[in-house]
Amino acid sequence: MTVGSGRTLHPIHGALLAGTIPLFLGGALSDYAYSVSYQIQWANFASWLIAGALVFGALALLCSIIHVIRSPHRGGLVIIYPLFLLATWILGFINSLVHAKDAWASMPTGFTLSIIVFLLACISTWIGFAKFGVGGAR
Amino acid sequence: MKHSQIYPHAFSKLFVGIALAGILVACAGNDPEAEQYGANPTLPKPQRGLLPNMTIAEPTPWGDALPKVPQGFTVSTIASDLKVPRQTIVLPNGDILVAEGKGGNAPALKPKDVIAGYIKAKGTTKVKGGDRLTLLRDADGDGVYELKTVFAENLNAPYGLALVDNNLYVANQDALMRFEYREGQTKADGAPAKITDLPSEINHHWTKSLAASADGRFLYVGIGSNSNITERGMVAEADRAMVWEIDAETGAHRPYATGLRNPTALTIQPETGTLWAVVNERDEIGPNLVPDYLTSVKEGAFYGWPYSYWGQNVDERVRPQKPEKVASAIAPDYALGSHVAALGVDFSEASMGEEFADGVFVGQHGSWNRKNPVGYKVVFVPFSNGRPAGEPIDFVTGFRDENGKTRGRPVGVTVDPKGALIVADDLANVIWRVVRTGQ
Repeated sequence: MTVGSGRTLHPIHGALLAGTIPLFLGGALSDYAYSVSYQIQWANFASWLIAGALVFGALALLCSIIHVIRSPHRGGLVIIYPLFLLATWILGFINSLVHAKDAWASMPTGFTLSIIVFLLACISTWIGFAKFGVGGAR
Repeated sequence: MKHSQIYPHAFSKLFVGIALAGILVACAGNDPEAEQYGANPTLPKPQRGLLPNMTIAEPTPWGDALPKVPQGFTVSTIASDLKVPRQTIVLPNGDILVAEGKGGNAPALKPKDVIAGYIKAKGTTKVKGGDRLTLLRDADGDGVYELKTVFAENLNAPYGLALVDNNLYVANQDALMRFEYREGQTKADGAPAKITDLPSEINHHWTKSLAASADGRFLYVGIGSNSNITERGMVAEADRAMVWEIDAETGAHRPYATGLRNPTALTIQPETGTLWAVVNERDEIGPNLVPDYLTSVKEGAFYGWPYSYWGQNVDERVRPQKPEKVASAIAPDYALGSHVAALGVDFSEASMGEEFADGVFVGQHGSWNRKNPVGYKVVFVPFSNGRPAGEPIDFVTGFRDENGKTRGRPVGVTVDPKGALIVADDLANVIWRVVRTGQ
């Protein structure tokens, strides 16, 4: 144990964090479906999935900040983890605004952003889980 | 459900807060003013930031204030406490019928619809639509309409009105109806007969405008699109964004002209019998796109929506694209300016005085998709040789106060042959009458 001295992620923190991955992934896949089919319902799905990811992401971000405050160490990955989550959330929010444009106006920028935001969510979750573990499992 | 449904949702509350903050930031920019009148308006490149420009003028009561009218005219309220008055007609005996209602049942499809619906509702009346026709009568001709009575009720968001002999046609948001009308009547004899159903699924743009051909054989109904720019899907646009020609006898219909995004008012030019319309164009591609317009409606013509605007300017937001449709699109006659939201049109006549005798009056409800609001007035478009000629002249103004708050929003305009203009105001819920007094 080098980081966190036993401060693992609370299970709810872990669930919220992991929840961003399927939601952002669903958004990206829906964007893909819209871009090949022009069926507008896929664009609606993408918008709501991204909105859901932002709710999960905002709560995970809050948990991560509390985690930093309660952690005896403030350097390295303890700080980098919430920064990645913040970057994920900000880009995700921009993506939601792009998705609010009517019809094809959201494309192709929206699809590109969805992929980037999904990858950022994966990295954030990886750091969160790999470095701190869940529920004292480490 | 007649109102826009706003689905309560856990996400939406959070989004409203964030978006409101964002919109304040987005509104900090300036709209360059563009001259957009006439046959060849300046069309800038489409543009859209991360947030659409939205300025909702906060409603405020008229108090003692009155709209401003040109010299030689006076203005007064002839009816108040109405329930969302939209369109009017003047009957042969001078009585005025007012259609009151508020339609549409378009569900929110995206988080954006929830937020935009919430914001736009701040700029409209909180009164529930009356779903009725109100009759106003000035029996002694002193300009005071002492009788205000319900002519017919239990309609479904009535909007367009037309009288042909003893047939009073009313365009509900879902059907074209006919009442038997006898001159002098103050209450309909019974329920109306249905001529035909009208397209009413979703009804994003719910108003059904109406005009009767000069010989009374055909009725023209304007049917708005089911979206801004196809964001509810192409399937929802079947039988939308067009003017129907309906046989008054049989109820049979055919598309008369298509590609008209939201033909909010129709009228027949008296000398020629030609159908004219005011049409509201698409939003969210900039403060000076796309101009709303006044046009003669050519039989069989395609006016572009959704594939292109003002002739053959392609709208990239529509997929799949249809180059062959764009190639057939024609430009309308006369630009009124972008986002002014023209909702009323009527041809003038000699009784309105020399300056205003030849042309049309246009009621402009006013913009939301613009930093500097436009519209919120009634203009006069002068005609010459049966065609629009020259810049629009402000006819009724003062609907916004000096602090930028909104006192009223003009909708339908009707010329009274006695030398007056009837203006419905669906924010203050009153009817204005602008009377010519001479010099």
